[in-house]
Amino acid sequence: MQKQLLLGDEAIAQAAIDAGLSGIYAYPGTPSTEITQYVISSKEAKEKNIVATWTANEKTSAEAALGMSYAGKRAMVCMKHVGLNVAADVFINSSITGANGGIIFVVADDPSMHSSQNEQDSRFYGKFAMIPILEPCDQQEAYDMVHYGFELSEKFRIPVMLRITTRLAHSRAGVARKTSREQNLVKLPENLKQFILLPAIARKQYKDLLNNQPHFEAAAETSGFNTFTDGKDKSMGIIACGLAYNYLLENYSDRNIPYPVVKVSHYPAPEKMIEKLYDECESVMVLEEGYPIVEELLRGLLNKGKTIRGRLDGSIPRDGELNPVIVGSALGFEAPQLQEIPALVANRPPSLCKGCSHIDSYNAINEALEKYGKGRVFADIGCYTLGALAPYDAINTCVDMGASITMAKGAADAGLRPAVAVIGDSTFTHSGITGLLDAVNDNSSITVFILDNATTGMTGGQPSSAFGKIEDICRGIGVKEEHIRVLKPLPKKHEENLAVIKEELEYEGVSVIIPRRECIQTLNKRMRDKFKEKAKA
Amino acid sequence: MKKDIILAGVGGQGILSIAAIIGYAAVETGLYLKQAEVHGMSQRGGDVQSNLRLSDKPIASDLIPHGKADMILSVEPMECLRYLPFLSKDGWVVTNTKPFINIPNYPDEKQLMEEIDKLPRHIALDAESIATELGTVKAANMVMLGAASPFLGLEYEKLRDAISFFFGRKGEELVKLNHNALEAGRQFAEKNMN
Repeated sequence: MQKQLLLGDEAIAQAAIDAGLSGIYAYPGTPSTEITQYVISSKEAKEKNIVATWTANEKTSAEAALGMSYAGKRAMVCMKHVGLNVAADVFINSSITGANGGIIFVVADDPSMHSSQNEQDSRFYGKFAMIPILEPCDQQEAYDMVHYGFELSEKFRIPVMLRITTRLAHSRAGVARKTSREQNLVKLPENLKQFILLPAIARKQYKDLLNNQPHFEAAAETSGFNTFTDGKDKSMGIIACGLAYNYLLENYSDRNIPYPVVKVSHYPAPEKMIEKLYDECESVMVLEEGYPIVEELLRGLLNKGKTIRGRLDGSIPRDGELNPVIVGSALGFEAPQLQEIPALVANRPPSLCKGCSHIDSYNAINEALEKYGKGRVFADIGCYTLGALAPYDAINTCVDMGASITMAKGAADAGLRPAVAVIGDSTFTHSGITGLLDAVNDNSSITVFILDNATTGMTGGQPSSAFGKIEDICRGIGVKEEHIRVLKPLPKKHEENLAVIKEELEYEGVSVIIPRRECIQTLNKRMRDKFKEKAKA
Repeated sequence: MKKDIILAGVGGQGILSIAAIIGYAAVETGLYLKQAEVHGMSQRGGDVQSNLRLSDKPIASDLIPHGKADMILSVEPMECLRYLPFLSKDGWVVTNTKPFINIPNYPDEKQLMEEIDKLPRHIALDAESIATELGTVKAANMVMLGAASPFLGLEYEKLRDAISFFFGRKGEELVKLNHNALEAGRQFAEKNMN
């Protein structure tokens, strides 16, 4: 079959469709978004009646996927690394319930924080849950691993993690597809108590998980994704995990590496291969994209064995993503002589789009808060986080999804007046509602701005779960009707909006202000599509 | 055959459309390809780049190593300079000269052009003006592709075919316009490459 040019994300999505997927659930998050987007847009997936949907957050995604697995079908849930924090409860517990239909958690890490607030390594979570982890080195392996992952999941009745990083997610290469597999039929678990984690049952199932560990280890030795390649020079052995393997190869243009190499793409790390390498070689170099997990395992607490090199001894920087030159210098290659960037080149940080409604919202918020002074705005995660940059300099926090409302509440409880929260519509339904309920129940004095641009903007304009529901949600939680204020953020409405905001900042209690205007990007796209439709007719 | 190309620009300028056309032509030629893109936050008006690697042998890294790029193809003049550490000693810089100014501290344009003129192997052209003369400013990226075409190691015909493939749905007229833009860019490069 002709190879298709696919992003790593798209290769995973196509593989899932080909491997008999019945449902995929996700909340958008860079660099994972394109997986679910691909299935949603796929004609083939539609014809196969595959459920593909954006959910309120990663926890609800993962639970829906687990429910589909309970019903015997193959399910996938996709998220960025910090999304797994949100889904951690179901993720960890699903290793105890186990699976029925195959289930894969795809988690996309973002080393170097291109679009994230940290660079946590999801392999830690996989190890914590004691489940198999697959970490592809390229797009083809990502494709193949989805097929294998579903089989592994069904064979051992265990959720499987597929861990990728930004570079693979957003890089394109040719991928060869396999023949398609039919979807599973609905089939209940043989043991109808398998998914009841009452202590008496959970204790038994936890023992099953522990007893399964040797099987998971055996699978990692034989799956073919981990390999041992011998080399003549035993002064060093190299362990290269996931994407790091490519950077290793890149440094040897003929692909002839003089040292023994263990490629690790399937965890638990293959003990026998690594033992052979360790025994044969004088020292070991560990290359991994993310935290030094395998390196720590090898060093142990006391590090009294052979010399282990990697991120912990400074051979490789402790933070940030790898690249061919970083790996090359660790291997002793001379750093190339580079041309310098001329001094006049200025930084060009991302910025709010021209015509964006958030600009008008921030202009009004800034002016309304002038008399109180800086330092009172608790913001959240989305395009509006760019309000932190010049010329707005409008926000003071950005921590995790939903933290704007709850942190404002805590600060208000401490006596800060006014305490302002700024959250987007999609982030509000992701994790803001429960916090607002806390504030209402305590009658905390906070002013919450729900910036409603009717989409999940930063990730490319996916539908927002909040669409058309925000006032109803606020009323339902108990925010007083007269303190739910809807504004139209436009320059010509500035004075009018300013007056409303000033009024609500004075109010001792919970008020919600909803500046509402469609995202300029989705509006433009909608108009272009409409124009095209017209042109066709 | 091996070509490593850094595509550079500002989020929203459409460098990925250039990458898609080169990619299609490369695959039709039977080459291996890897292309790393930037999605997410930087797409909002920040600096963006794409690493495009073509080879007749399998490609290992998705990222081009520093000092190894054969070409920087930039649709914005300041952005072509940002990636100079990636350029090989005898690499080419092909850049648009029309600045995209969305920051308050954008450098002085005269000094900027002086920096570009210092580069030993470069093609600098006002793609917007050339495209506008041909009929639409929207074809500026195809003018840039044309200017890069002598250095790509791909057959010119394959690039024309790729344009037909991508613009075909939008009508013959647009295909022709973009073919003309490609040709205009190429002619500019051929005249100015020595």
